[in-house]
Amino acid sequence: MLLAASLPGASDEKRIAIYSLVANYSLPVYDQGGQDYVGLLEILEPLGTVTSQTNGTRWRLRYNDLETQFTANASRARIQNHDFDLPANFVLASGRGLVSLSSLGTLLPQILGGPVTFHENSRRLYIGSVGVHFTAQMGGGNPPALVMSFTSPVNPRIATEPGKVQMLFTREPLMAPSSTTLTFDSKNVPSATYQENNGAAEIIVNTRVPLFASFSDNGRTITLSPAAQGKAAEAAASNAPFTSPNEIAPSETATPPTPTPPVNNPPAVFAVVDASHGGEERGAMLSEQISEKDVTLAFARRLKQQLDAKGLPTVIVRDGDNALTVDQRADLVNQAHPRIYICIHASSLGKGARVYTGLLPPANGESSGPLLNWNTAQAGFLVLSQSVAAGLTQELQNEHLTARQLAAPIRPLNNIATAAVAIEVAPNGDVASLESADYQASVANSIATSIVNMRTRLESGQ
Amino acid sequence: MIPRHLKFGIAAMALAALAMGFFAGRERRLARQLEPPVTDSRPVAPPPSGATEQVTLYVAYDDPGVLLPQSSVIPLPSGRQQRAEELLHALMDVYAAKISQHPLGPGADIRNVYLVDPGLAVIDLNAAFASGHRSGILVEELTVVSLVETLTANIPGITRVKILVNGKEQDTLAGHADLSRIYEAATTGELLNQMRAQ
Repeated sequence: MLLAASLPGASDEKRIAIYSLVANYSLPVYDQGGQDYVGLLEILEPLGTVTSQTNGTRWRLRYNDLETQFTANASRARIQNHDFDLPANFVLASGRGLVSLSSLGTLLPQILGGPVTFHENSRRLYIGSVGVHFTAQMGGGNPPALVMSFTSPVNPRIATEPGKVQMLFTREPLMAPSSTTLTFDSKNVPSATYQENNGAAEIIVNTRVPLFASFSDNGRTITLSPAAQGKAAEAAASNAPFTSPNEIAPSETATPPTPTPPVNNPPAVFAVVDASHGGEERGAMLSEQISEKDVTLAFARRLKQQLDAKGLPTVIVRDGDNALTVDQRADLVNQAHPRIYICIHASSLGKGARVYTGLLPPANGESSGPLLNWNTAQAGFLVLSQSVAAGLTQELQNEHLTARQLAAPIRPLNNIATAAVAIEVAPNGDVASLESADYQASVANSIATSIVNMRTRLESGQ
Repeated sequence: MIPRHLKFGIAAMALAALAMGFFAGRERRLARQLEPPVTDSRPVAPPPSGATEQVTLYVAYDDPGVLLPQSSVIPLPSGRQQRAEELLHALMDVYAAKISQHPLGPGADIRNVYLVDPGLAVIDLNAAFASGHRSGILVEELTVVSLVETLTANIPGITRVKILVNGKEQDTLAGHADLSRIYEAATTGELLNQMRAQ
């Protein structure tokens, strides 16, 4: 899963959303002679071991053990010694190999060796059987509520306008229902429509009354109740396995914005991993060739894999080369309500890893009711964060890595309303070790192991 | 006997050389008249005056990433603001040394230190300080805490420090350390304790 800003729908930029069992991510789409193109290396990078080499007009790409060769401005490619015709010419731009979106549906199965579903018009690419399906029907109660059931946990962005509720799914591989228009036998909620656009999926529920949304079944069920029933639903939802703060109440019944403290139940997202920097903000230049933003992304992806593999659902804030402000990152994290936020940084200074917690001013900012002061949202979680940092430091040291725990004045730690740490990974030897798969896996494994060890404590929020 | 055409040639060349010399001299005089007077009207900071005093500078060491107190004897003026500036200039001298344990970028300097009552000091770094600073959490944190602690430890009454770059607020020093906030002496004091140990 991904957070919204790393996927289309969060900006006007043309992007393609890619969903796979390994990672969900999005990539920018480039216009080449009126056709949409995307970087092939960038598509494959999160999915396996991939390298590329340019030799004049030839571009060779190796994905795991599979050799491919493309020629600039030619439509014929070689895949494992077999010719393959692309529907549009291959483009070589500044050493980057670009393929047309129209070729993805046929090209990727050849390279990946598995099925691929591509919704070209909405630029949503599903690799393997990853689709999330849903049903919607009016449930019991008086007045009746609309109950939407999903095959996997979801956490859409919910917005309202007079007469409709919009749910934007930027991080979930949602699949269209058999009919894009759903009708219900209800005066209050007569219908809903499904649509896809620029990599995002959207469900629009048409309503004649203000609705209140609550999440249950670990994020697999969204119930839209008429507002009169909202408070009761809220109370019920607080006892459900997972609740989202994204309650909607059109106009007058709007609920306070995040951050709010999480409830003591496992959320759909256990951990959020943030690859710091991105886009034009490169972070530190670790060497002439290595940018901090690339190292943090690689580490973040490995850590997500490790945490997912250990049964802790994890999302990445930035899973592509896009820029996000610290406020955007904090906002996305607080909306996801994870148990822990881990921000990855990298440095050429020193060795091993440094684990940081927020540096709050002595007099914490005032919070009012469910609303927390933005600049000191971390205050209620700092003790837990420090405990997590101590555990992480210990685990890294157990693996014979140099590790140290500090506080640091870095954002967005103070804006996060859950346990939050930043980890600055330094080389293990020379700077090039930061790009070493073994080193990255070793650090990621130590972090993931430590988080697993603290799972109970993180779930209790104490 | 010298042929006539050679005599004319030599005479013509001599005339041309004289004319060019005259022209060049005239142009030089004109240029001199157009040039602005070569004087620098910028105020020059007087050398620090006053009795020498022993102060404690908090000096960063990149390897192993610690901040350690270092005693130094420097001349300090009587005014609080001038004292604050001299303290930080002394710290800059440590970092500008050939063998610096925490090198800053070329031209890095403190533009001004303003003391704003009650207890707030504003350090204004020059643009080169931030643009040439190495990027990273630890390396930036070392610099910030070094500046704040050196000031708060030696100038009584300073409890909070704000850092500007070229007179303006900047989000971070070099991509990491938050400069949008005000640093409280009590908070950085705790941080100092962490940073004194490896």
